[in-house]
Amino acid sequence: MQMMVREALNSALDEEMSADPTVFLMGEEVGEYQGAYKVTKGLLQKYGPERVVDTPITEAGFTGLGVGAAYYGLKPVIEFMTFNFAMQGVDHIINSAAKTNYMSSGNINVPIVFRGPNGPAAGVGAQHSQCYASWYGAIPGLKVVSPYSSEDARGLLKAAIRDPDPVVFLENELLYGESFPVSKQVLDSDFTIPIGKAKIEKEGNDVSIVSFSRMVGFSLKAAEILAKDGIDAEVINLRSIRPLDRSTVNASVRKTNRLVTVEEGFPQHGVGAEICASVVSDSFGYLDAPVERIAGADVPMPYAANLEIIALPQVDDIVRAAKRACYRSVPLSATR
Amino acid sequence: MAQLTRRSAKLLEPISAAVSATRHLTTSSTSPITVETSLPFTGHKIDPPSRSVETTPQELLTFFRDMALMRRMEIAADSLYKAKLIRGFCHLYDGQEAVSVGMEAAITKKDCIITAYRDHCIFLGRGGTLFETFAELMGRKDGCSKGKGGSMHFYKKDSGFYGGHGIVGAQVPLGIGLSFAQKYNKDENVTFAMYGDGAANQGQLFEALNMAALWDLPSILVCENNHYGMGTAEWRSAKSPSYFKRGDYAPGLKVDGMDALAVKQACKFAKEHALKNGPIILEMDTYRYHGHSMSDPGSTYRTRDEISGVRQERDPIERIRKLIISHDLATEKELKDTEKEVRKEVDEAIAKAKESPLPDASELFTNVHVKGFGVEAFGADRKELRAVLP
Repeated sequence: MQMMVREALNSALDEEMSADPTVFLMGEEVGEYQGAYKVTKGLLQKYGPERVVDTPITEAGFTGLGVGAAYYGLKPVIEFMTFNFAMQGVDHIINSAAKTNYMSSGNINVPIVFRGPNGPAAGVGAQHSQCYASWYGAIPGLKVVSPYSSEDARGLLKAAIRDPDPVVFLENELLYGESFPVSKQVLDSDFTIPIGKAKIEKEGNDVSIVSFSRMVGFSLKAAEILAKDGIDAEVINLRSIRPLDRSTVNASVRKTNRLVTVEEGFPQHGVGAEICASVVSDSFGYLDAPVERIAGADVPMPYAANLEIIALPQVDDIVRAAKRACYRSVPLSATR
Repeated sequence: MAQLTRRSAKLLEPISAAVSATRHLTTSSTSPITVETSLPFTGHKIDPPSRSVETTPQELLTFFRDMALMRRMEIAADSLYKAKLIRGFCHLYDGQEAVSVGMEAAITKKDCIITAYRDHCIFLGRGGTLFETFAELMGRKDGCSKGKGGSMHFYKKDSGFYGGHGIVGAQVPLGIGLSFAQKYNKDENVTFAMYGDGAANQGQLFEALNMAALWDLPSILVCENNHYGMGTAEWRSAKSPSYFKRGDYAPGLKVDGMDALAVKQACKFAKEHALKNGPIILEMDTYRYHGHSMSDPGSTYRTRDEISGVRQERDPIERIRKLIISHDLATEKELKDTEKEVRKEVDEAIAKAKESPLPDASELFTNVHVKGFGVEAFGADRKELRAVLP
């Protein structure tokens, strides 16, 4: 059976709200508008306005309100229309939510989920295209996940809602309409995916390509192209940014000896930088080539269609980097 | 007149636990007394409550004891800070005690309170102990947050105290969220979200108030106006320092925050209002004797005459002392004895707290999550110090 990511998210929300009366949704246009991206479609009709709450455009206010409700013991799912707008409420995500269980030494936990589209869409410009995975991924006390497929979306969202800690759930607008096959197990109402575990989407022996969210799809396409050139890539879908599944990544690199990281976010201090550091620290002797990092360009997102293409990773970029990792065909500039 | 020593404070559950068990009630101590508040209330879009407050000898004596305890605790914290046993931030509440005790007299532990960083006395009012307070301030493992929070991060969820917050203004939307949850659960209780005159200008406060009013949440916003946001006087930071009116569409009440009975009356009134009609703002006109924190002498932006003037004219403990004496509920000596007892309690708690050890090094990695899934966390040298989060 095929399921769109949007439906996967909707069904996960529906099932969790049905099973647990303390779960409620809050955000802009989640109710009567049926969700800005239709992820919450039908839920207002089913659960009523007390549980599907349309908010004014006041992120600092409703992010804090959601965290306060979580302090009291409810299980809020706060939607940000995009994570760009979450910056208005980021103090509450970090200081009010992430750190509270620690500061209170376990007296107050915060079972909240912050979800919404993250990263670039198509032609939406600089203020609407940033990827926040590495920012949130740095924060102790937060769990940060980013699904790729419908199976990921269902399993991770259910796990996030059931989790007693704050979870940042990074979706992708361009994935909402994509369909993926889902098994009967995935459709089960108790289906969850463990937070903190990566998935090997395709096994391989020659080079490890590690990414998350939409870039997993690009990495799989790159792997097909590489296969034609005799390069057998292993594609890893991180699923979780924090905790980061270092052991799966390191085990893969110890097998393939070569690593390419792929992300849409800015390169400096990004997710790929952390993966590289982890591998260099724990599996140095196994690397046969420098770690290759593919990331969004180091510029605010331009609008013009041609510039947007070269501002973001494309399949060709991943293929090229993997080939470099395999043949070391580009000389090391520092030695010249 | 019955002796103070025969009044049992046990039934009142005063803050201090070390009350002598030999005291017992006389029938007169719960008989009602009516007292006029020092000043009338001023209302904004609401008819203010009456100035006549019902109280009892028991209540007044409890107010005295509790406020004396809070006062003594804060002054002792000042000494501990100067002795470098308390580090970092320490924001003291002496002068503002009436707000905490008056509020507690009007509500239950099922109502919630959330405040900012000037939280030691609020914590005590909610049932925290002196020992846990001093141990936390000194970063010891018997502190209320096991030494991991510090002065600004006291919590007591089982008595409805939600902290203890360091980011100015953040506690207001959090408090509105608590009241959202109370309404969601149909609890018939309210939340008091406390903030200062400095925080009163924060945008998130107005965002939260808007939602509270839209959704009729049982929220009471309490502005503890001590007239200075750190070193900035209210006239320099607010175009309109009438904080009780700043809610615009939300009603407000201006209250003499140095009068515990006025505070009690206002909080009782506000609770009834909020349960039926949604949010209300209470502006408590109060004063802090100390500077903003222990790093601030508090005299560069206000005169010593102003400080001593308030102490002379409006001190909350002196007000209750005069009331008690004028109503013949206790003698001067008995009240002085109470103050001596309270001092002794504080000293004993400090001595005990000093003996509490610092937390074990392994506590660095505890409570990061409720469920850590066995992931690794790292110390400064990740090859030297790692832990598994349970």
